[in-house]
Amino acid sequence: MSTVVLEKLVAKPPAKLGIVDCDIHPSPQSMASLFPFMSERWRTHAETFGVFSPAPFTGHSLFAKSAPSIARRDAWPESGPPGSDLALMQRQHLDLLGIDHGMLTPLSPNPGVERNLDFAAVLASAVNDWQLAEFTDKDKRLHPAIVVPREDPEAAVKEIARCAKDGRYAQLMLRPHGLEPFGRRRYWPVFEAAVAHGLPVGVHAGGYGAYPLTSAGWPSFYIEEHLSTTVGGGPALATSLIFEGVFDRFPDLKVVFIENGFAWIPSVGWRLDRLWERNRAEVPHVKRPPSEYLRSNCWFTTQPIEEPARPADLRQIFDWIGWDRLLFSSDYPHWDSDDPNYMFPIQISSAERSQIMRDNALHVYGHRF
Amino acid sequence: MNMVSPVAVREVIDCDLHIGLTDTDLLMPYLPDYWREQVVTRGIRGLSLAFTRPGAPGSVRPDWRPAAGIAGASLESVQAQALDPFDTRLAIANCLYGGQALLNADQGAAICAATNDWIAAEWLDKDSRLRASIVVPWQLPELAVAEIERWAHDKRFVQVLILVSGDMPLGKRMMWPIYEAAEKYGLPLGFHAGTTYRHAPTGSGWPSYQIEDEASFSQAFQQQLLSLLMEGVFAKFPRLKVVMLESGVTWLPFFFSRIDKLWKGLRMETPWVDRLPSEIVRDQVRFTLQPFDAPRDEDITHKIVDQIGSDRVLLFSTDYPHWHFDGTEAFPPGFDAALRRRMTVDNPLETYTRLSEGLA
Repeated sequence: MSTVVLEKLVAKPPAKLGIVDCDIHPSPQSMASLFPFMSERWRTHAETFGVFSPAPFTGHSLFAKSAPSIARRDAWPESGPPGSDLALMQRQHLDLLGIDHGMLTPLSPNPGVERNLDFAAVLASAVNDWQLAEFTDKDKRLHPAIVVPREDPEAAVKEIARCAKDGRYAQLMLRPHGLEPFGRRRYWPVFEAAVAHGLPVGVHAGGYGAYPLTSAGWPSFYIEEHLSTTVGGGPALATSLIFEGVFDRFPDLKVVFIENGFAWIPSVGWRLDRLWERNRAEVPHVKRPPSEYLRSNCWFTTQPIEEPARPADLRQIFDWIGWDRLLFSSDYPHWDSDDPNYMFPIQISSAERSQIMRDNALHVYGHRF
Repeated sequence: MNMVSPVAVREVIDCDLHIGLTDTDLLMPYLPDYWREQVVTRGIRGLSLAFTRPGAPGSVRPDWRPAAGIAGASLESVQAQALDPFDTRLAIANCLYGGQALLNADQGAAICAATNDWIAAEWLDKDSRLRASIVVPWQLPELAVAEIERWAHDKRFVQVLILVSGDMPLGKRMMWPIYEAAEKYGLPLGFHAGTTYRHAPTGSGWPSYQIEDEASFSQAFQQQLLSLLMEGVFAKFPRLKVVMLESGVTWLPFFFSRIDKLWKGLRMETPWVDRLPSEIVRDQVRFTLQPFDAPRDEDITHKIVDQIGSDRVLLFSTDYPHWHFDGTEAFPPGFDAALRRRMTVDNPLETYTRLSEGLA
């Protein structure tokens, strides 16, 4: 690809803050990068049959995205896809921006939607081992996430237990789309295991499951898919966790909404509170007003930051959500990633900055670092 | 009717009020022979739409709940509960019955047509304050267009009514003949909360509880509004007005900031969208007041209204007989007199131009 990359003027980062970046996407060079972490039987399977998910193309996502691999043009290494080269990630992201802790959020392959459940378990283990070998062993700033075959809860629980023996995994990472809504009982053993091992659950937006993105079927455009993660995905996730009773059953569960947006939270909280007030008889297991769970058990990453027409409105949104709920994320190396030096369209105090850039994340994940 | 206050009298235009159609039996006088026989032979009854449960607490306000049957089923109850107490000058009646959810498009067209005949004969002919929406068999747009044309001359029908979630995203070009006819006859398109359950209510599947489905409706509105915007419906039909009925309101500022930012980054994908989506919405899309979806807090109302950035987009509604408020104060606290006036009179008249034609 011939691409002109303009030199970017980088503002001097403020006095060393020690940023925690809650969304960094590592990527295997190719499926073969995961082969060292699979048995011969499954290497052969991977080469012969490949991944098997409900999607139409073998080498392309359902929607044509905004850029190849949805990536920043300057994030392509000499070889392999963006996010596959640790040295480049260090140079243009971790070192440059002063990131002390980076949460790894591997998206692909996604064992949550692999239809062959045995292969899903193999993929999950391989991704988990590969993160340690290729990233965490080489750079302690990078904290891996445990991925699991969520549609086989028994196998998922085993994988969580296996990984938890290595204290370096900082969270369990799930995706919102599966065979059933996120909070249904089918998945409760997975939440139970996360709580038992002291693992927060990060839910990264996107990925395709068994159902169309909207209640009226599949939309046509990538912009609709992108917006669906925030207007559809985040609210549906919150609704499901609250009304299916997950937080009442697991009051210590911490859920981090990763790249699900955040400006929807006040409105959705108000709507759910109204519905709960009227319909408590249907969900007697839900003991508190829904918006309280959003303030006690849920956190939300910042990228993509909101840019209201009047920037000051962003402060109002933060006030409504609670400044203690927001965790900085860059979404490196994706095209719409946020740079901590330029992302806020409003003036924020250094105390507020510390909260969002570091302290809130340390509160959620600090015990795992 | 009682004249309560000289200022308020006959000023209010209620843009979303529900009349209850109990069962197919009531449509028999309006069905052609073939379908009348089909209804009897095959027992085509019980087509009340399942997304709304008459027994659920939010569906009917306690003091509006009838001893038997469904709320809003008789003209007397609607007059006594929904029209007289609010000094309503005009009210747009929306009838939700199963014609729009039948898989057989001809059957759907027959039920929709009979529903419209029933509305005209049993309601519009009997109370001059009532206006109504044309329910259309959107299963097959050509049948929907025929139904719109059957009523276009009757200025008491002021809107085309469709559910927000059906077979396909609303902006898809297959749907455009309906929009073309609506624009041609000066009929806004009303999208009402609800689903035919062709697809799961959420992108993650079928939830366990009705409360979750109801929660999902405001996301459906946002996704379908996005579909209308991105497929280019508003550019293709610049005189078309779209009304979101029972969509919830407080999500609107967030939707604006999200969609405007994304459009700036991704406008190469839909080059026919040539201005900020929020501007298009402020020009061509309207939202009914209830449910507003906020605590009863003046400060929050002020901020949301301020962030919406226009006094033209909200339309007064009681959403009778649903339970959003008690007494006769349908506005949440925090709407000032000027905005109330816009929402109860000016905005409805500007949105539904046919309303003025029926006024003295």
